[in-house]
Amino acid sequence: MKIKLNSIPSQAFSATRMLSSILLVFGFLNANASSSSEDKVFNAGEMIAHHLQDAHSIHLFGHVSIPLPVILYTDHGLDVFMSSRFWGPDHETVPYTSASTGHTYYLHHDEKIRLTPEHHDHAVQPAASDSTGLSADTNQVAQHTAVAAHGAHHADTHEAHGTLIDFSITKSILGMLIIMGLMLWVFISVAKAYNRRPGQAPKGLQNAVEPLILFIKEEVAVPALGKKKALIFLPFLLTVFFFIWMCNMLGLIPLGGFNVTGTLSITLVLATLVFVITSVKGNAHYWGHIFWPPGVPLFVKIILVPIEVASLFIKPAVLMIRLTANINAGHIVILAFTSLIFIFGAKSEAVGMGVGIFATAFLVFMYFLELLVAFLQAYVFTLLAALYFGDATQEHHHEEHH
Amino acid sequence: MTIRGHDFYILIQHHMKALLGVDWGIVFWTGTAFLIVFFLLKKFAWSSILKALEERAQGIENALNEAENAKKEMAKLKAGNEALLREAREERDVILREAKSMKDAIVSEAKNKAQEESARLLESARLEIENQKKAAITELKNYVANLSIDVAENVLREKLSDADKQSALNNKLLSDISKN
Repeated sequence: MKIKLNSIPSQAFSATRMLSSILLVFGFLNANASSSSEDKVFNAGEMIAHHLQDAHSIHLFGHVSIPLPVILYTDHGLDVFMSSRFWGPDHETVPYTSASTGHTYYLHHDEKIRLTPEHHDHAVQPAASDSTGLSADTNQVAQHTAVAAHGAHHADTHEAHGTLIDFSITKSILGMLIIMGLMLWVFISVAKAYNRRPGQAPKGLQNAVEPLILFIKEEVAVPALGKKKALIFLPFLLTVFFFIWMCNMLGLIPLGGFNVTGTLSITLVLATLVFVITSVKGNAHYWGHIFWPPGVPLFVKIILVPIEVASLFIKPAVLMIRLTANINAGHIVILAFTSLIFIFGAKSEAVGMGVGIFATAFLVFMYFLELLVAFLQAYVFTLLAALYFGDATQEHHHEEHH
Repeated sequence: MTIRGHDFYILIQHHMKALLGVDWGIVFWTGTAFLIVFFLLKKFAWSSILKALEERAQGIENALNEAENAKKEMAKLKAGNEALLREAREERDVILREAKSMKDAIVSEAKNKAQEESARLLESARLEIENQKKAAITELKNYVANLSIDVAENVLREKLSDADKQSALNNKLLSDISKN
């Protein structure tokens, strides 16, 4: 990630436009930055995007980063090395050639490792290339278009160089593993405490987690599933709840910038598990309602069945998207308001100070909101998963109504 | 503006692909790690914790139920005691009433008896007095009669000792008798 701090040209800032939507803020910051006539520019859009996406290193501050292991599966075998191999002496990104497989790997700007070099003159560093105003902008657009076309081309070159599957321990995976380790330690020690002191009032860590466990049990699982079935699904619900909540909280720690639950591939797995459990535990009554809804005429069935089948997939997909989108949205707002300080500060120090005060006050508010969102999203995911499980395992007691 | 908008569009497209694309390496690690953690927690944490919580909840519920039962039992006992007390009081009243009536009966009977007895005693005393009086009177009469006879005898002896006087007396007596 490259933060380029310098002055940006004067631009008519429109407050209403700025606040109209998060995405617009995102675009607005980027648009202002990219229209710079200077070489070094703070590109807020780039900065935010890089904070949100997964990476092969943990960026701490300035040029200090922690390398992470890279594990690549290729048709020539497995390659394992640290991502610091991609770091050049002047903090630039360099290719790495593996001795064992003979492959040369390129760490691209989007933090993906590919077998083809990146075209440095386009797209991902727009601010650096456009230096002469409108004509350069036009030029850049042409390059962007080239990138878009290049997307298809990429696949071809991949084919030419053979397969490459990235099994690296990325930032998100590391964050996830940290949380999992923490969960194992916390809950196994708590379980031991329960075994050691049966029937007694909770103590220490037990006090911290017991209210949440009881909350998930009494307010989520039991109402959705009933007392007996709740015990079957509670281990999954509790694991998912604490995993999401703790990952969300990890994402709020500024150092390291983990964004575990904002990574779609991770929420995809959680949603898939919900889908698999719902399908496996689904009883005849559940499947019957989907494929042959009782009590409706035939032509309605023809319309209803595809909708029901689609809903099977839409429900977990919505779980996945809601979580990722909410976490990313929160991060975007926080990062955007942080960026405002730098953008205005680049214009004038005094303005930067003034904006900084308001932006900081707003950030404090946002952080409190995000603490709530971190819990709320974990709760919503767990609650909906419990409701889907309840739906799938419901006994058909309302048959007489038909 | 349109150019910048387009810039933005390209950038969003570029990053969204990285942000929203599915990375199978991450899916693999997440799936594996999550399942391992899930089974470990299920076996070593959740089962113990949920069992302990369930047992404790059951224990608390039992204790509450027991307390409630004890309270009910107490109330029942209290109600029983009160009934018993009431009964005892009633019985006492009945006994007292009976005793009182019995006492009254005894007292009145005793009174009657005493009256009768005293009457009887008075009567017998009176009779005795009467008899004694009669006897005394008779005795006195006899005594007086004897005394009179003695006196008369003595007088007669004296009078008869003297012929004159004897004849006078005879006359007188005869006249008295005849007068009578």
